[in-house]
Amino acid sequence: MRQLWVLVLCLLWGAPAVMAENLIPSMLQSYQTEGAGHFSASAGEKLWKQEHEAPEGAESPKPRNCQTCHGVDLSKPGEHVRTGKVIDPMALSVNPQRFSDVKKIKKWFRRNCKWVLGRVCTAQEKGDILTYLQQQ
Amino acid sequence: MIRFLIMFTAFFAAQTAFATDNFFGIPRFKGVKPVFNSNYESSCAECHFGYFPGLLPARSWKKLMQPEALADHFGEDAELDESDRHEILNFLVNNAADRSHYKRSVKIARSLRDGATPLRITEVPYIKKKHSEIPIKMIKGNKKVRSLSNCARCHTEAKEKGVFDDDTVFIPGYGRDWD
Repeated sequence: MRQLWVLVLCLLWGAPAVMAENLIPSMLQSYQTEGAGHFSASAGEKLWKQEHEAPEGAESPKPRNCQTCHGVDLSKPGEHVRTGKVIDPMALSVNPQRFSDVKKIKKWFRRNCKWVLGRVCTAQEKGDILTYLQQQ
Repeated sequence: MIRFLIMFTAFFAAQTAFATDNFFGIPRFKGVKPVFNSNYESSCAECHFGYFPGLLPARSWKKLMQPEALADHFGEDAELDESDRHEILNFLVNNAADRSHYKRSVKIARSLRDGATPLRITEVPYIKKKHSEIPIKMIKGNKKVRSLSNCARCHTEAKEKGVFDDDTVFIPGYGRDWD
């Protein structure tokens, strides 16, 4: 009986500490069903670093890219350019919680593509970016 | 035994008194109600301080959380899908300043008696007044603060407890002796 309790306690203790799962492979698959082709990390890197003009009336007229908030070193925290709020590192190598929540991935692609590019990203672009980020 | 029972009852009475926001019907909590919602944390507080619902009246939250308003949220895209939007809106409205007994919320709501619907907490008359004597260099001109909207930079107990008292303020670069 005592052993059973120990077992139950162990299970309860371990339950919340389930490892975060990297969902990039399944995201890539779903982008391909949306019509994307082969994904390339170098295309993703180019997209990530490509600068775009700020829209008219923006608080800061400086050109923007993904690094504006996420920083140049993806293994380090970024900083929201407007509010200064710290953004956890993008690199899976230091932040295994990244890319473990489909809703979060979708939400931020939508918001951030609009902010940087002024439009939503295509399935191909999102796949390329995730392929690049996965290697960081 | 009787002594034990009295102690026991007193202990529980004290616990209830501290655990609720009223003591026999009298509102007693001083700050802003520290309420949390995981969806609000991940949808809003990833970009900015997770402002407690009790910092604005319900009508302000309703206006801010309209889909068109979220698409241009002070110049940023903060769109949400409908289920998230509804959940967060309910959380904000149910705990809004004009529905709260907490001291700061009551004062915020009272300062807006004319029915104004501020979209920025920094434009609430009570909040403005409370910060009016702090030199610009300590907030806007302070690289570590940058804006009055970064509540938790100086209000050290705001984030966890909803406490905004003077004696919990620590201004980066100026410390506790800011006044």
